[in-house]
Amino acid sequence: MTIEQVKLENLLKEKFPDANILVKDLVGDNNHYSVTIESKVFNDLNRVQQHQLVYQSLDGLMDSELHAMQLQTKGI
Amino acid sequence: MELEAGLKTKIQEQIQTKDVFLFMKGNPDFPMCGFSSTASAILKQCGVEFGHCNVLEDEDIREGIKAYSNWPTIPQLYIKNEFVGGCDIMKEMAESGELLELLNTRGIKIEIK
Repeated sequence: MTIEQVKLENLLKEKFPDANILVKDLVGDNNHYSVTIESKVFNDLNRVQQHQLVYQSLDGLMDSELHAMQLQTKGI
Repeated sequence: MELEAGLKTKIQEQIQTKDVFLFMKGNPDFPMCGFSSTASAILKQCGVEFGHCNVLEDEDIREGIKAYSNWPTIPQLYIKNEFVGGCDIMKEMAESGELLELLNTRGIKIEIK
């Protein structure tokens, strides 16, 4: 299962409207991504909580359509 | 996903077997996934003794640990029963020195190689 880069970007933009988001397809296979998100919503959260928020916003995609995602999150 | 009580206990007991415990695919000598490989390499580099569970050998734990930690991916690191994070967080913490600091403050013996 794969997900198109544009679809992943749009989904993240929708869930984190204020954020700076950078999505890279690492292998060019729509299945291994590197994602960096900077958003104010992360400001008061620790790293685990920040990542949990991103995973939740992806709504189960991590299990099904997305095999590998390197994730970096930061407050602003 | 609701976590069944027996499975929860089983996971808790595993985590408690070692101060540092890694849920991974494969084992530290033969990791079966790049992320698990990175995670166990980081711990080896810290020179810390760690327990591991190969989730590929136990489908219940493979799914259960995701609900237990509220974390959808493997590997997952626990230090003294506390969830520390997955591969990306481990990498960040290793690079910044936070991981060694955390091990230190938790009183865990490290032998840097």
